Parts: sequence; C-alpha cells; structure tokens
Amino acid sequence: MTFSEQEDKKIDKRKHIVQRAVFSFFTFLSYLVVAILFTILGFIMIKGVGVISWDFLTKAPEEGMTEGGIFPAIVGTLYLVLGSSLISFPIGIMSGIYMNEYATNGKLIRFIRIMTNNLSGVPSVVFGLFGMALFVNTMGFGDSIIAGSLTLALLSLPLVIRTTEEALKSVDDSFRHGSLALGATKLQTIRRVVLPMAFPNIITGLILSVGRVSGETAPILFTVAAYFLPQLPGSIFDQCMALPYHLYVISTSGTDIETSRGMAYGTALVLIGLILIVNLLANALRNYFAKKVKMN
Amino acid sequence: MPVFCIRNKRLEDVRKFIEKIIEGGFLISGSVTSLAILLIILFLFKEAGGLFNSPVVEDGYVVAVHKDNPIKHLPAEKIMDIFDSEITNWNDVSEKEKGIDREILVFRFSDLTNYYSEEELGSEFQYVPQKISELVANEPGIIAFFPEQFLAKDFQGRVLADDKIKLSDFFGGTKWYPTSTPAPIFGLIPLLLGTLLVSLGAILLSLPFGMAVAIYLAEIADKRTRNFLKPLIELLAGIPSVVFGFFGLVVIVPLIQKGLNLPVGETAFAGSVVLAIMALPTIITVAEDSMRTTPTAMKEASLALGATKWQTIYKIIIPYSISGITSAIVLGVGRAIGETMAVLMVTGNAAVIPTSFFEPVRTIPATIAAELGEAPAGGAHYQALFLLGAVLFLITLLLSFTVEYISTKRKI
Repeated sequence: MTFSEQEDKKIDKRKHIVQRAVFSFFTFLSYLVVAILFTILGFIMIKGVGVISWDFLTKAPEEGMTEGGIFPAIVGTLYLVLGSSLISFPIGIMSGIYMNEYATNGKLIRFIRIMTNNLSGVPSVVFGLFGMALFVNTMGFGDSIIAGSLTLALLSLPLVIRTTEEALKSVDDSFRHGSLALGATKLQTIRRVVLPMAFPNIITGLILSVGRVSGETAPILFTVAAYFLPQLPGSIFDQCMALPYHLYVISTSGTDIETSRGMAYGTALVLIGLILIVNLLANALRNYFAKKVKMN
Repeated sequence: MPVFCIRNKRLEDVRKFIEKIIEGGFLISGSVTSLAILLIILFLFKEAGGLFNSPVVEDGYVVAVHKDNPIKHLPAEKIMDIFDSEITNWNDVSEKEKGIDREILVFRFSDLTNYYSEEELGSEFQYVPQKISELVANEPGIIAFFPEQFLAKDFQGRVLADDKIKLSDFFGGTKWYPTSTPAPIFGLIPLLLGTLLVSLGAILLSLPFGMAVAIYLAEIADKRTRNFLKPLIELLAGIPSVVFGFFGLVVIVPLIQKGLNLPVGETAFAGSVVLAIMALPTIITVAEDSMRTTPTAMKEASLALGATKWQTIYKIIIPYSISGITSAIVLGVGRAIGETMAVLMVTGNAAVIPTSFFEPVRTIPATIAAELGEAPAGGAHYQALFLLGAVLFLITLLLSFTVEYISTKRKI
C-alpha cells in the first residue's frame, strides 16, 4: 500500500465518522421534537384525565367556573364547526374545481392563487377584527353564532380550496379525456368521473380543516364567544361558549385561577381529544381509501 | 325533422343552460378569496383611518388653561406627564418655548366639589360652566380637564387647540397608554419591537431543530420511520394555539422563572420558546418538501464521485433547495408574527420597549386580542387597534409576497 492510499483511507474514515456523528445528532433532534409533542400531550392527559367525568361533559360551569362541567362550550364548538363547514365546504370545493378544471387564463389563476395564499397567511386575530367590523357591526349580526361561523369559514377557506385542488390534480387526465371522448359534457365528467376519484383526498382535507377550526380562539373572541352562558344557544343569532375560548378564560382570568386549574386541564384534554380524534379519523380514512385504490 | 329530435334538442338546451349556471357558480366561488382579501383591506383601513381624525384629547372633553398662559398646543405625552404630576412647572413643559414660571395646578372635573359646595353649583349643575370659568380665570397656573358640555359661552380661560392625532404620533410613538386620560397615547414602536423580538427568538430557536428534522426526514430516515414521524409532526401543527399557550403558562413559564432565577417567568423568552415549538411543523414540512425535489441524478452523481451522504446533503441538496428553505423560514416567521393566543398567555403583556429577552413584552396581536373587548366601538382606542391590525396584515402580506417571489424565481 502506498502512502497516499493510506492517507486516502484516513480521510475516508474521517468523512464517515463525521457523517455518523452528524446523522446521529439529527436523529436525536428529530426524536426530541417527537418527545416534545408527547410531553405536551402526555402532560395534559395525565393532569386532565382525573377531571373528566360524565358530569364534567354534561353540566354547565358552576361556582365561578371552579366546578361543574363544560357542556355549553362543547356544544358551542360543535355549532361553530358545523356552521363554518356549511359555509366553507361548498364554496371551497367549488372554488377548487374552478381553479383546477375551468380556469384557463394563466394570469387569472395566478392572481387567485396568490390571493388564496395571502388569505391563508393572514393572522387569525386579523380575521377576528375583520369579522367584528363586517359581520358583527356593519351587517348587524351582533355577537352571534352566524358571525363567528362566517369568520371561521373565511379562515378555513384557503385550506379547503388547496386540499380540493390537490385532490383534483391527482386524478389522471386520461380519465377526463376518456369521459369527454364518450360524449359526456365537462360538468358530467367532473361529477361522474373526477369528483368520485378525488373524493377520498378531499374528505381527508375537509376533516383536517374541521380540526383547525375547532381550535381557533382569536377569530371568535369578538364575534361570538361568551365568557359564561349556562344555557344553550337558541338560534344562530345567539352567542355561545366555545372550548378554546373557555380554556383561555379559565386559565388566565377566572375568578379563582388556582382552583379552576383542574377545570382548565379537563378542558384542554377535551379539546386535544377532539383534535386527536379528528386527525386519527383523517389518517384512517386516507389509509382505507389508499388500500381500496390499490386493490382495484 | 322527427318530433323526438326537437324535444331532444330542447332538453339539450336546458341542460346546457343549467351547466352554464353551475359553471358561473364555480367562477363566483373562485373569486371569493380575492374578494375576502379586498374586504379585509377595506374594513381594516376604513376603521383604522379614523384614528387620524380623532382629537388628541378624549372625544367630548376639553383641556383649558388660564388666558395669560402662552401654551397653545400640548402633545398627548406632555398632557399625560402633567396629569401624572411628572411635570410640575409650566417652564418645564417645552424646551423651545418659555412658559410662565408657575406651579401647574391640575384640575380634573371630579375635583370640582373640592372648590365649590353643592349649593354653589346649583341643584341641576346649572352653574357649573360659570364656576369652571371663574376658577380658570382665578388660577394662573391651572390646567383644567372637563366635559365640553360644561364649557361656558363667555369662558374666561383659553381652550387648547383641538389637535388631531398625527401619523408620526402613531408610527413614531414610543409609548402605548391607550386608556390614559385626558389624552390616550398610541405609539406603535414598543409593540412592534416586542413582536419582532419574540418572533426573532422563536426562529433562532426553531430553525436548527426544524432543519435537522427536515434533513432527517428527507434523506436519512427510512420509509417506515418517515411514515411514522410525518403524521406526528402534522399532529403537532394541529394542536390549537390556546393549548400551547396553556402548556406554556403552566409548564414553560414556571420552568423559566425557576431555571433562570427571574422575578417573573412571563417573558419574551417564554413567548419565543412556545412560538418555536409552534413554528416547527411549518418549517419542517416546507423545508422537507423542497429537499425532496432535488433530482436523484444530482444526488447520485455526487455519491458516485465518492462524497459521503452528509457531504451530498450539505454540498448538493441544501444549496439546490435553498429557496424552499428560505420560504420555510419566511413562513415560519409569518406564523410567529401573527400568533395571538399563545403569546398573549405567556409573554406578560407589558407594553414597554423591550431591553432584554428576559422581560415581559407585548406583541401586536396580543394587544389587539387583549384590548379590543374593552375598547368602545368607533372610539380612538378601537381605531388604534384596527390600525395595529392593518400593520400586522401588511407585514404578513409582505411575507406572503416574499414567499411568492422566492418560489417563482426558483421555477426559472
């Protein structure tokens, strides 16, 4: 073996030692991030699981939010999710269809896409301000479920549009051509061929957007959320309580923060549980449909 | 032509008509987001613009001085200093002009009963304007603050000029005292600096982590590990900000307070830590996606030349995907700047110009969220909060366009 070959081998060895060190450090950091996630989830689960009971889930808060349950907040969040979904799903899906199937003007699509991206970058508190100015004051809805739902719908719209677009894009063009060649109109092609094929991906995205909406606090702060409202809302023009706002209130400004801590852990757990379920559901659906496609 | 053919044709026409309507619906839906952006701009600026039409002194009130007092204008900060007894002599009010050398006598409307008995003021307060006028005339050093409705027709003193809040007062203002009477002070600087400080800290903390995880997911991890980790990171993105805030409040804040031995744990640093965790998923996902677009041919060429995988990563993959990584950073900053609830809960909310990471600060979004509930609609405070919203909106818009610019450059 010559000298230079030995040298080469040495450098080679050093290269690999450096690589191993760097890679194990990156691996360590990656699992640290996962550890942070589990710490947050685990902490809230351990502290909150003792609070959860049938009464906690089905009763209104009592004694200045230190006892009772969070039933009105759960119901309020469900109403808001439902209300905003009813508005954002049809508009978002139709918008996605337009962008992917119809729009042919390159400049127009680019403009709409930039606007959609901008909308998704707008901070949630700005949505709150806007909802307050337009829906609550100008349109005169007052603090109400409808004002909150409209605000949340606007916030989730970019997500719904993007999901729909991605889902439609993944449908191969040959299906469209085949359908059109058989004499179907464009709309028939979309309804009978494209949408059914894109459906699994669309539904997964919609579920994820529900998860996002149910945790938002800043947009509902000034448009719908009530500090304390033991009875359930009677109409869409009533205020309601909501889980994220309730958690904020009892962890920062309750009448007795220390004694209501337990309630706060319970609320946080319910909120996280809701989002976990939504995420698991979306994942399960994704896997289910993926398998089905493979079998076909 | 046979009959059924005509009927078929008519059916065809109707169907075409319906399709046109539905396609119109698609078009309208497609324009909703653009419309929303325009409406947001319109409403934010409409409400915010009113601020510069508001008087410096609280609406419906006047500030008056003795008629021999040379002072004509008083900026809001001076008024606050006078009413807080920080300035006690008229000579100290302005450096440029010399005032009268007298002690300042502060008079608020509620002080009226200290000077006059209830009989003197009249049973229906009908003599109040006259008495205030008398008082101002008798006290050369007085500065009086009272409702406009009690301003006598033949007022013996001089009402200070009805100045409006100026652009420079807001954008150059170094104090934020929105509820100070008689003159509230709306200065952007402390809030802007607070926002930037917290976001900067967050990015500095999360960037090394985010990049490491992105590289790990894109290049190092095998497919199974990746499929296991990816959903978990998505889950981290799905946790609501208020839960992060709550976790920060009960875990991170006390930890920082004890660990660093600080008087309070609610500091800019706490905000940065919480925001860093929240910005991680954005950075990881975007950076990883862009790294995965590196052509395999490039990677293989590098490996074939004898480079190790790590050398390939930092010599080939990172330079190739640098624009995507930049986008990831900008998006992460955007997320951090706009984040409201978590920051509101852990940063302590002191609206002063920050001098260190380990002091309470207040950010723009947190200020809006904390104060809008108490600001009466249409008032100066309300308008100032909308102006804050407009500033925040413009910052994020700028960041969005930056990302857009970076990604179009990359395609070329």
